[in-house]
Amino acid sequence: MFRKLALTALTAVALAGSPALAAGEGGHVENIRFSFDGPFGTFDQNQLQRGLQVYTEVCAACHGLRYVPIRTLSDEDGPGIPPDQVRAYIEQNFIEVWDEDLRDYRAATPEDNFPENTAAGAPDLSMMAKARLGFHGPWGTGLNSLVNGIGGPEYIAALLSGYNGHDEEMAGTFLYGNDVFPGGLISMAPPLWEDGVEYNDGTTASIEQQAEDVAAFLMWAAEPQMMARKRMGFTAVILLILLSTLLYLTNKRLWAPVKRAAKES
Amino acid sequence: MSGIPHDHYEPKSNGAKWLHRRLPVVGLIYDTLMIPTPKNLNWMWIWGIVLAFCLVMQIVTGIILVMHYTPHVDLAFASVEHIMRNVNGGWAIRYIHMNGASLFFIAVYLHIFRGLYYGSYKAPREVTWIIGMLIYLMMMGTAFMGYVLPWGQMSFWGATVITGLFGAIPFIGDAIQTWLLGGPAVDNATLNRFLSLHYLLPFVIAGLVVVHIWAFHHTGNNNPTGVEVRRTSRKEADADTLPFWPYFVIKDVFALAVVLVGFFAVVGFMPNFLGHPDNYIEANALATPAHIVPEWYFLPFYAILRAFDSEVWVVIAANWLTGGIVDAKFFGVIAMFGAIAVMAIVPWLDTSSVRSGRYRPMFKWWFALLVVDFMVLMWVGARPAEGIYPYIALIGSAYWFAYFLVILPLLGIFEKPLPQPATIEEDFKEHYGKSGSDGDKAATPAE
Repeated sequence: MFRKLALTALTAVALAGSPALAAGEGGHVENIRFSFDGPFGTFDQNQLQRGLQVYTEVCAACHGLRYVPIRTLSDEDGPGIPPDQVRAYIEQNFIEVWDEDLRDYRAATPEDNFPENTAAGAPDLSMMAKARLGFHGPWGTGLNSLVNGIGGPEYIAALLSGYNGHDEEMAGTFLYGNDVFPGGLISMAPPLWEDGVEYNDGTTASIEQQAEDVAAFLMWAAEPQMMARKRMGFTAVILLILLSTLLYLTNKRLWAPVKRAAKES
Repeated sequence: MSGIPHDHYEPKSNGAKWLHRRLPVVGLIYDTLMIPTPKNLNWMWIWGIVLAFCLVMQIVTGIILVMHYTPHVDLAFASVEHIMRNVNGGWAIRYIHMNGASLFFIAVYLHIFRGLYYGSYKAPREVTWIIGMLIYLMMMGTAFMGYVLPWGQMSFWGATVITGLFGAIPFIGDAIQTWLLGGPAVDNATLNRFLSLHYLLPFVIAGLVVVHIWAFHHTGNNNPTGVEVRRTSRKEADADTLPFWPYFVIKDVFALAVVLVGFFAVVGFMPNFLGHPDNYIEANALATPAHIVPEWYFLPFYAILRAFDSEVWVVIAANWLTGGIVDAKFFGVIAMFGAIAVMAIVPWLDTSSVRSGRYRPMFKWWFALLVVDFMVLMWVGARPAEGIYPYIALIGSAYWFAYFLVILPLLGIFEKPLPQPATIEEDFKEHYGKSGSDGDKAATPAE
C-alpha cells in the first residue's frame, strides 16, 4: 500500500511541479518536431545560422540579446560560426555596445555580449525560449511538457506566425490580433513576411520557416549549454545505472545469508 | 548510546588506547556505524540517507555558486546568467542545486509520510519527530530564501507575497514585515539578508540533523511492525537487529544510486520542468505576473493559506469574535502555520496504542485519504483562486485539520487493531520464510 502511495505521490510531484500549471493562458500551441527535442536531440547548425539571420535582419531592430556573449556563436554545439566570420558578422551589422569606461558606444568585440535594445520597449530575447510555456494540458496539469518539452520555442514560432488580422486600436495604441498571445492582442506588428529574408542555403523563407528557425535560434540563445547538459545527463544516468546494478548485487549477496537463515529456522 | 545491547569499540594498539583515553572519537564513530538496526526495515527507510546526501550536495554546490554570484538587485540576475554561460560547468552546478532542492523536498515528504504511517512519532520518539519538524521548517525557510536569490520575477513576487504574510499579523505585522525586509518593500537589503541566511541555515540544519540522528540512535529505529527491539538479552537483540554497517549502508546507498538515476535524468534532460518560466525574466517591481505561484513543495500549504477567504464561516466567526482583529488574511496565515503545527504535535494527538499503520485497519484508509488530500492541495495550490478551486482547497484544508485533530484522537478509541507479531524476528521470518522469494510483497498482505 505504501509503495503505491509513494508512486502516486511522485506522480503528483511531477504533476504539481510542472510549470504549465501557473502560466497565463494563451492560444493553442502545436508541438513542432525540433532537431533538439528529446534526450538525444541536437541543434541543427544550419537552422541556427538561418535563425541568427532572421534575428539580425528582423528582430534586432527592436529586441536585444543582452545576456548572450557574441563569441558563443562559434560554439561547436551552437551555430558553429568560425571566429573570423563572427568578427565579420559584427562588422557587417555595425554591432555596437555601450562602453562604461569610454562613456560612449564602440564597435563590439566577440567577447562582448549582444547589445541590449530598449528603444521600442520590446523585451530582451536572451531567455525568451525558457521564459514562455507552450504546453499547459491536459486539464491544466502541464504533464504533456514531460513529453513535448516546456514548449518555449513552439510558443515563439506559433506567436510569430499567429497573426490573424483582427487588429484593434485601444486608447491610441494600435494592437495586432494574434491567436497565440494571451489576450489576443499584441503591440508587436507582424514582423515576418514571405521571403522577408534571403537564406544563403537556398531554404524557402516562408513565414513558418522563418518563425521556426528563429525559435530554434532563441532556444540556443537561452540554453547554449543544452548539448553539454544532455551529454552529462546521459553519462550520469549510464554510470549510475551501472553503479546501481553493482550495489544491487552487493546488497543481495550481503543479505543472502541473513534471509537464508530466516527461511531455514 | 543505544539502549539495545551490542558490542562497543575496544582500542587494540597502544596508539588507539592513548587516543581513546583522551578523546573516544573512534568509539563514537564505531558505535554510530555499528548501531543495531531492526532487520525488517523496508524500502521506505531509505529516505534519511537520501536527505543527508541532499544536504551535503546542496551545501557543496551552494558554496561554489556563491563564489560567482553577486547579491545586488542590479547584478544578481545577470550574475546567474554569468554562471550559466561563462563559468566552467556553472550550468551543471546551478541546475543540480536548483533541482536538488526538489529532490530534497520529495525525500522529506516521503520521509515524513513514512513516519506518519508507521507511527514513528510515537513514544519514545517524540523528540526525534519534533526535531525533524524543526528541520523541515528550516528547509522551507532556506528554500524560500534561495528562490529569491536569482532575482527573477517569481523570486521577487514570491518574496513580496510570503513576507506579506507576516504583515497580516494584527498591530505589529507591518513593523515585523519592514524588519524582515530591511525596508518598506523587497529590495537590495532583502536580497542581501536572504543570501546571508540562505548560507547560514543549512549549517543549522546540519547541526539539527546530528541531534535528530542522536535522538533515534538513543531510542532505536522504529520499524514497519512498530514492535520494539528486544533489549533483555544480547541474544534476543541480535535476533531482531543487524548492525547498520554494512547491511543498511549498502542497502541505502543502493537506493540512493537508484534515486540519483532519476535525479540526473531530470537535471540532464528537463532541468526547468519543476521551475517557473517567469523566473527567467528579471525582477520588475512594476510588472506583476498574472499568477504568483510558489515552488511545488510549498503548494499544499499555500492552498491552505488561500482556502480561508472572507466568505468561509469560520473566518467570519473568528472575525466577529475577535472584533475584527482576525481578518481573512491573518486567519489564512494561522491556518497555514497551524497545518504544520498540528503535524508537529501529532505524537500527542494519536491515541492509538498500536504504533504501525500496518495493524490498524481503519487508520490505513484515513491515512491514504490524507496522502490523496496532500496531493489534491498541491494541485489546487497552483490553480488560480477562482471558480471551483477555492471550494476544493477548503475541503482539502478541512480534511488536513480533521485528520490530525479529530480522526487520529478518535481512531484510538474506536478502532480494533489487528494482531501484531510478538517480535521483529518473527516478522522477518514470516516475510522471508514462507514465500521463499526475496522481498516478495505477498508475504505481508497486511501492507
